[in-house]
Amino acid sequence: MAYVVPKESCSGKVLSVDFGKGEKAVTIGGENALPFLSFEGEIPNRPVIAYEIQDTRPDDWPDTVKNMYKDVSGDTVAWAKHCQDNLKATAVALRLISTHPDRENRSAQDAAKTIKDVLAAINIPLIILGSNNIEKDSTVLVAAAEAASGHNCIIGKAQEGNYKTIVAAALAHNHKLIAMSELDINLAKQLNILITQMGFEKEKLITDPMCSALGYGLEYTYSVMERIRLAGLLQNDATMQPPILGDVGMYVWKIKEVSAPDSEVPDWGALEERGITWEAVTATAMMIAGTNLLIMRHPKAIETVEKTIAELI
Amino acid sequence: MALTGVQIFKFLPKTNCKKCGFPTCLAFAMALAQNKVELSKCPDVSEEAKKTLGEASAPPIRMFELGTGAKAVKMGGETVLFRHDKKFFNPCALAINIKDSLSDDEIAKKATEVANSEIERVGQKLRVDAISLEYASGNSAQYEKAARLIAEKAPDAAIILNCKDAAAAEAAVKAVAARKPLLYGATPENAEAMANIAKTHAVPLCACAQGLEALSALTEKLQGLGVSDLVLDSGAKAAKEIIEHNTQIRRSALRKNFKPLGFPIINFVLRDDPVYEATAASVAIAKYSSIVVLSSIEKWKNLALFTVRQNLYTDPQVPMQVEQKIYKISEPSANSPLMITTNFSLTYFIVSGEVENSKVPSLLAVMDCEGLSVLTAWAAGKFTAAKISQFIKESGIEGQISHKELIIPGQVAILSGALEDKLEGWKITVGPREANAIPTFLKSKAS
Ligand code: B12
Ligand code: SF4
Repeated sequence: MAYVVPKESCSGKVLSVDFGKGEKAVTIGGENALPFLSFEGEIPNRPVIAYEIQDTRPDDWPDTVKNMYKDVSGDTVAWAKHCQDNLKATAVALRLISTHPDRENRSAQDAAKTIKDVLAAINIPLIILGSNNIEKDSTVLVAAAEAASGHNCIIGKAQEGNYKTIVAAALAHNHKLIAMSELDINLAKQLNILITQMGFEKEKLITDPMCSALGYGLEYTYSVMERIRLAGLLQNDATMQPPILGDVGMYVWKIKEVSAPDSEVPDWGALEERGITWEAVTATAMMIAGTNLLIMRHPKAIETVEKTIAELI
Repeated sequence: MALTGVQIFKFLPKTNCKKCGFPTCLAFAMALAQNKVELSKCPDVSEEAKKTLGEASAPPIRMFELGTGAKAVKMGGETVLFRHDKKFFNPCALAINIKDSLSDDEIAKKATEVANSEIERVGQKLRVDAISLEYASGNSAQYEKAARLIAEKAPDAAIILNCKDAAAAEAAVKAVAARKPLLYGATPENAEAMANIAKTHAVPLCACAQGLEALSALTEKLQGLGVSDLVLDSGAKAAKEIIEHNTQIRRSALRKNFKPLGFPIINFVLRDDPVYEATAASVAIAKYSSIVVLSSIEKWKNLALFTVRQNLYTDPQVPMQVEQKIYKISEPSANSPLMITTNFSLTYFIVSGEVENSKVPSLLAVMDCEGLSVLTAWAAGKFTAAKISQFIKESGIEGQISHKELIIPGQVAILSGALEDKLEGWKITVGPREANAIPTFLKSKAS
């Protein structure tokens, strides 16, 4: 019996989205094949990993990852430059966590200033994330979009409860936009439709179907992502073709497996490697499911996933 | 090739006797064509039809066990490409590669680590399932000795004899034949000799070739030589080859019913850096591997790999659940604290683990919320004040304890007012939001 390579013919294509400017700009998406299956189509761009930084000291991060940035994390600009210059980051994702009402509750103006300072200091692409507070984000991200005008950033996350003002700001200042919904393919689709109905081009969108950590719902995210990819590629569903984001670091670095000391859980092995592996494995699973853009925290986890990408491409 | 329902129907008795559980022979034939039932469900089918249909109705990916005994691992038998289509059935085996050229002490140490690798996560016992013994010494007697040693030190582990030298392999197979080792393996060069050993000792055999064309030719040859329990190695080592080859194998078997590739897959993902090995292994676990061979056995790496495997092999339609009841932790008495949570396995195991850590004897009321987490159940209207109060009342716990205080998860603090209204005379206390704060919380309550 002769062997014939079984190919899937993809009628659809993942949209390609570029962000940043000048020679450091990067492009994600653009493939018309299922993840890493280059025998059946074109995969012009590799997944991109952005280093997560914050606008305040990451006191709630576990030591394993917090210690990696202890000399720079008191100063957001220094932290961003450290990622760019020393860690050779492709992109940086700045989370404006201090604006959250339960945290420092800093103002939108403060956030805008931080953005300006960071943008003045780096030339790699910037992703700007709110604090994930629906109400506060709708003012903070508007100010942030304006502060970053002309820099072709990705801003997010626009959610069902606040997308209108955020979409308008991204439109006015020419940014790319993350649309986030909660682990449900239909909700993801619906939000993309609502956003494009406002006149925002789908070619500028990135879908975040909501991430979850290994051991804490990874399988839900994994399957939602796979289904989004299949809908976009095989059924040519235009609303399901934006690149996918995996916001990995924030979900991984809060669970017990990355913070319980060896002495407490002798069966789990060394804490440091455990945490790094947890983030790297979560990110790898997300990529296999279809993620084009990852936001991660630990340099060693990022380095390992970069090596894995190089092997997959 | 696969037969259609109508083609299969021609071979059936056509009496519509319903003994197969289907209303008509045609309905049964249709179900057979979709691999939904087995031919053996029809008691009246003729021997001749059995022979003809047997091959066509066999599952598209052959299923058999790696190893023997209670901890043998089922391989193959998968029916879908994507877990959301139905589910992945048989979690892959994880194996550690050990070279026979190591000292006896080192071999014994590694084998013992495999034997002791079992841990429990979310109620399941997970472990490194197998040892691959690599013939690196070039000395047949040493190989056989090492095989006996790992068999002795890891009495439940499955054994993979990673040896392409037929004479050395046969001696080792004989030494551990009772454990039904997987013989790894047959190449286009040694196919006859290896097939012979596999047949004589009734052990499964791995077909090793470079690329899927050569591999298909080899498995056809091995089947022709009378071996039917085969495992596939396409030579894939880099992550890209693993994902591409494994996908093509799974698609060929399921979509085209291409028999030469209808077998479980083995992938060697050995890397020097164990974190890197973990990501490479995750690619193989996610993409259809039945045996993933690793070079080392760090506990933290095991934990991460056990967890990906567990996550991807859960049933996407049915979250893992535990039984609704009031669980007693550390021998509680009538005045021990009472807490409530949902019956999602993950939630239950995290919370009960932390309650145990606190060493404060407690009662944990676990309410059936169809396996949803606290917030999801709350958002879905299954963990509401009305339902919780009904559950508490019906449980009869009130008569068994000397207080009326219920501790609820911090994430649903919002329920406390409504619960105090519904559960008359009860005091509702809001516990911490995260389970890891439970020990401090309980200890301070107890003092
Ligand atoms: C996975 C998931 C799902 C899965 C379900 C998984 C499951 N088996 O439950 C799916 C995809 C099905 C799902 C569906 C929905 N989901 Co959902 N989901 C999640 C997600 C990502 C993780 C939930 C989880 O597994 N947590 C882990 C478990 C262990 O946590 P836990 O049970 O809360 O337990 C912890 C604590 O509560 C505490 N604890 C537990 N018990 C007790 C007891 C005591 C006494 C104490 C002190 C502490 C304590 O300890 C545990 C560990 O710290 C969360 C977001 C997130 N990251 O949390 C959203 C989330 C819970 N979902 C949400 C929503 C809205 C929904 C939907 C209604 C939306 C939709 N898509 O339609 C549906 C409803 C489901 C339905 N059937 O109708 C919202 C809830 C919002 C809110 N605040 O009400 C969340 C928070 C998402 C969000 N907005 O960020 N979801
Ligand atoms: S048991 Fe056999 S003969 Fe009877 S209905 Fe079913 S297929 Fe037909």
